Amino acid sequence: MFVTVLDVIIGGLISGGIYALIAVGLSLQYGVGRVLNVSHGEFIMIGAFATWSLYTVFGISPLISLVICGPIFFILGFVINRAIFEYLRSKSESIDAFAASSLLASFGLLFIIQNVALIIWKADLRGYSYLDSSVSILGAVFTANRLIALLFAVVISLSFYIFLTRTRLGKAIRAAAEDPVTAQVMGVNIHRVLAICFGLGALMAGLAGVLISMMYEMRPTMGLEYTIIAIIVVVLGGLGSITGSLVGGFILGFIGTIVTYIDPGLSLIAYYVIFILMLLVKPTGIFGK
Amino acid sequence: MDSARVIYKRPFSLGMLFLFLILLATMPLYVQPYFIILLNTVFMYIIITLSWAIFSGPTRYISLASAAFFGVGAYVSAVIGQVLSLPLFIATGGLVSFILALFIGLLTLRLKGIYFIIFTFGVSELIRHFILWWEAKFAGTVGRWVVAVDHTTVYYVMLIIFILALLTAYHIRRSKFGLALRSIGEHEEAAAHIGISVTILKTITFAISAFFMGATGAIMATRWTYIDPGIAFNPLFSFMPVLMAIFGGIGQLYGPILGATILTLLEEVLITEFPYYYMLLFGIILIAVILFLPNGLVGLIEKLGKRGNKG
Repeated sequence: MFVTVLDVIIGGLISGGIYALIAVGLSLQYGVGRVLNVSHGEFIMIGAFATWSLYTVFGISPLISLVICGPIFFILGFVINRAIFEYLRSKSESIDAFAASSLLASFGLLFIIQNVALIIWKADLRGYSYLDSSVSILGAVFTANRLIALLFAVVISLSFYIFLTRTRLGKAIRAAAEDPVTAQVMGVNIHRVLAICFGLGALMAGLAGVLISMMYEMRPTMGLEYTIIAIIVVVLGGLGSITGSLVGGFILGFIGTIVTYIDPGLSLIAYYVIFILMLLVKPTGIFGK
Repeated sequence: MDSARVIYKRPFSLGMLFLFLILLATMPLYVQPYFIILLNTVFMYIIITLSWAIFSGPTRYISLASAAFFGVGAYVSAVIGQVLSLPLFIATGGLVSFILALFIGLLTLRLKGIYFIIFTFGVSELIRHFILWWEAKFAGTVGRWVVAVDHTTVYYVMLIIFILALLTAYHIRRSKFGLALRSIGEHEEAAAHIGISVTILKTITFAISAFFMGATGAIMATRWTYIDPGIAFNPLFSFMPVLMAIFGGIGQLYGPILGATILTLLEEVLITEFPYYYMLLFGIILIAVILFLPNGLVGLIEKLGKRGNKG
């Protein structure tokens, strides 16, 4: 019994850490830029495949991939924002119209990224083994790579949280999320902040992809699954709330692990039920205003 | 004022439409069977896109629940297709989707904008995963066999559903009902203030559009002869109508039809040999249309038409 409880707790922490990480990225893009980026999961997928290629072709450790992928994904997100969403924003009549058209544009991105990946990596399942020796914690057994992924997910999320609350740029981002017009009046370069937020969102997705590749098998069509989980977490925590996404990620991680323990077939159903109930009862989420 | 009325005033266009329908009705008599199968797919997308536009066009509520209504229709024909006659189970498929849409519509009244979009997507995926789980747990299967119907019959059923959907869309656009829907799209609070029963109107229109999707799902299942939740509730059936309608342009009735036809034919040409390139191209077209053609092909045609008149 004790081991089962411990199993569920640590299992919940591991998936919760990953969920929090991917949700924070999405939340940042929506909360500040009002782009509900459904191609978010595709960045995760690319992160995972890039790590796989680096590991199997060049023998580069996934932990070094974190450092390589980070800046590349940031630039990728930055450029995509400039090329597509910046232009779309300038043309939209209202913020609601922009939210709808940017959602559709990100569907376009989803198709593009996913199919480029299918052309490069083919549709097969891929995976590699890295640090897959077992570690026993008080009787509950986990592979080392899962614990390392959890550690990094927590470190990345926390450092991001500190960046948001302690630095000047972080404060500008939060101000822009709160009220873009006033932030602009106060001297925040809103276009730069929006581009940085999108870049940071892509960066978080890329890093999550690197961590996910250490634990699970991957295929180019896996992105949407993660996008959906990220959207559910973000709705649970409140659209646009970073703290909400962090907490929501762990809540969903625990629920998922518990439900999987009862009946593995029910976990996705449980996610959707929570999602729908949340939207019906309190659409603004746990931490929403 | 709006296209429907303009068409109405031009008997020429109406006559053309009539001739075109006669051409479509006699098609199976003189074309290759392959062409009929292709037309069935084209019709499937046209009907889903057109009925999506009946609700989402004027109200500007973007629904991603099309796959749910389509899939429910498909499952109805899998479950009762052997028992009931063809017209009966097709109508039942539509009716069950109609009722489901009434229910979803009543639930989602509070949700607007982005919340409505992700809610409809969530509902659709929930139904898919629930049926997947149910079938594995209680029926002990993954998919179901559907009673087979020959291609010509499928074609005529599709044609009838298409004509019904077109007539419905046309009449809604021309009526007070359609005007009220457009006013919801313009400014919902104002619409409610001038005495439009926003709630009832939205829900009923949502259900009407779901009816046609359900009926299409029911007939399409007989063409596939085998369905599972992955086929019937494929999320692409939710995305495609949105993309096709936007590509064609939702300002006019013929926009969604044009968009669905062109993209389905493009799919047919590309998908067997270059499936990934097709979806890649699809993504590029989508982004290009959103960035540069916000009113779709219809907007482009109107712009060119105006330019032509001036010159």
